[in-house]
Amino acid sequence: MPVLLLAALVAPLPLLLGGYTLSLLIVIGLHALAALGLGVLMGQAGQVSLAQGAFYGLGAYGSTLLATHGGMPPWASVPLAIVAAAAVALLLGLPAVRLGGHHLALSTLGFGIIVFLVFNNETEWTGGPSGVIGIPPLALFGRTVATDRAYAYVVWSVLLAALLGVRVLLRSPTGRAFRAIAASEPAAAAMGIDVARKKLLAFVLAGALGAAGGGLYAHWLTFISPTAFGLEASIEFLVMAVLGGLGSLYGPLLGAATVTLLVEGLRSVVQVVIPGATGWVEVTVFGLILIGVLLLAPEGLAGGLARARRRVTARRREDTRNA
Amino acid sequence: MGPADLLQLVLSGLSVGGLYALVAVGFVTIHAVTGVINFAQGELAMAGALVAATLAGAGTPLPLAVSAGIAAGAAVGLAVDRATVWPALRRRRGGAVAEVVLILLTIGASIAIRGVALALWGSEPYALPPFTAGPPLDLAGAVVSRQTLWVLGLSAVTMVALALFFTRTQVGAALRACAMNRDAARLAAVSPTRMSALAFGLSGAVAGLAGAAITPVSLATYDMGLLLGLKGFVSAVVGGLGSPAGAVVGALVLGVLESLGAGLVSSGYKDAIAFLALIVVLLVRPEGLFAVARLRRA
Repeated sequence: MPVLLLAALVAPLPLLLGGYTLSLLIVIGLHALAALGLGVLMGQAGQVSLAQGAFYGLGAYGSTLLATHGGMPPWASVPLAIVAAAAVALLLGLPAVRLGGHHLALSTLGFGIIVFLVFNNETEWTGGPSGVIGIPPLALFGRTVATDRAYAYVVWSVLLAALLGVRVLLRSPTGRAFRAIAASEPAAAAMGIDVARKKLLAFVLAGALGAAGGGLYAHWLTFISPTAFGLEASIEFLVMAVLGGLGSLYGPLLGAATVTLLVEGLRSVVQVVIPGATGWVEVTVFGLILIGVLLLAPEGLAGGLARARRRVTARRREDTRNA
Repeated sequence: MGPADLLQLVLSGLSVGGLYALVAVGFVTIHAVTGVINFAQGELAMAGALVAATLAGAGTPLPLAVSAGIAAGAAVGLAVDRATVWPALRRRRGGAVAEVVLILLTIGASIAIRGVALALWGSEPYALPPFTAGPPLDLAGAVVSRQTLWVLGLSAVTMVALALFFTRTQVGAALRACAMNRDAARLAAVSPTRMSALAFGLSGAVAGLAGAAITPVSLATYDMGLLLGLKGFVSAVVGGLGSPAGAVVGALVLGVLESLGAGLVSSGYKDAIAFLALIVVLLVRPEGLFAVARLRRA
């Protein structure tokens, strides 16, 4: 499905929705950005990162610091924060991508924990555990993006632009190189692909997209705290990418929407069904979803949809043949 | 900072290192036999800790409670193998399962186990009485708690027992055969499925012991497995993922470094040391400090 069609389908939504559902739409868009980055890294290049929550946080705190301490307007601080986060991804990736999958996975796990520790401890810069309030809202072309409706358009425009960019990337030789690497690194190397460099590129891209989501998040909520950027967040993004379907362009978006709605739904349902449940349901369900999808439906939701579509088309072809 | 204080830091570092060593050896064992990096390793220690603490709190004598913890670790390890690793490996015979999938599966297992632990035990910490009661001992000026010595002692004894098991028993030899070459082992009537389960169960038992042993010192919580597992992995990588002896040395070094860092520099970033160590090793000598001939899987 072309990105333009998706844009056309989504465009009326901010006008139709309001209040709680509208803010859900914004959150889904933000999560989809982070999940998209992770989807490219995991689904296309076959590398696992447990630090996407940290990059989300780097975008959020980076842009916040530039705006509050540096006096920068958010439309400038967000892109700059993205660049900074990409640089961090580059520094982290350089040693880590040279090696096997699990080395990268555990390095990113440790990196994520370190970043969270920094957010939590450097109270002078980050406000420590209480976080930062009064973050300047986003202003474009001189006008503050004051309503959720307008912000939804901003977030989804960025998301659609990112989807378009990723789509172009995936169809390019670089995209093919990613898939070759995911299939077999030695074979890809034997074909002359610079495996380390391509993996690094995927890693930096994932970090940049995560930071983009985080930066936009900060200037929407105008309040951030470290708890939103820890391992739980990284795992959430992971589940979004896997559930949506690795290796599919819209998989991360599907996964982001499903997980976000699932989390919200669980929160309301669980309180009614099991009063006093402290959040273990969410955690356990996530783990089980991850295992279930990987073992039973490795292509995720996007794969399931594609298969359903193929079955419908095949049946239609058979009907015309039999008629 | 006198020599006595330094000795104290080193001793407590060695003790913590012994703990990491128990977890690290589990990593290495599972990786050698199945090729999987078990992200849920820390959770196996957590299971042992919480089960032991709960039983002891209900009046069970301590040795029984700790034994139950060890059994719990083994049981959860087996569950992880049966529920996630074995189905995945079974599906793709011949071809390799994508590493991504295996990593994500054990991540999923660790999350699910943590969720169950949160459900059963909540988020508050649980305690175990020290294995022997009594005031801390004075060793050449350094004050060392009895539990610290217990952890050191238990780790050392377990390592020796494991070494003997792997080299002197038939089952141990079968495990090593599976690690060296899965298909050849199959030809020698060794079942990789059974070996995989055994590896997970054994690593789980050792991890359970580690969890129970550290609880008198730092209490047991549902999320204690995360950092413990990470540091166990770092120790294994520092030592060179194929070598159990290397993992032990790596663990001891890491424990001492952490202890010295926390005592001399800053305790807020104590956990950062493990990760920094990992980065340094990856940069400088990715095959590990003790690049023994790796047990390559066929």
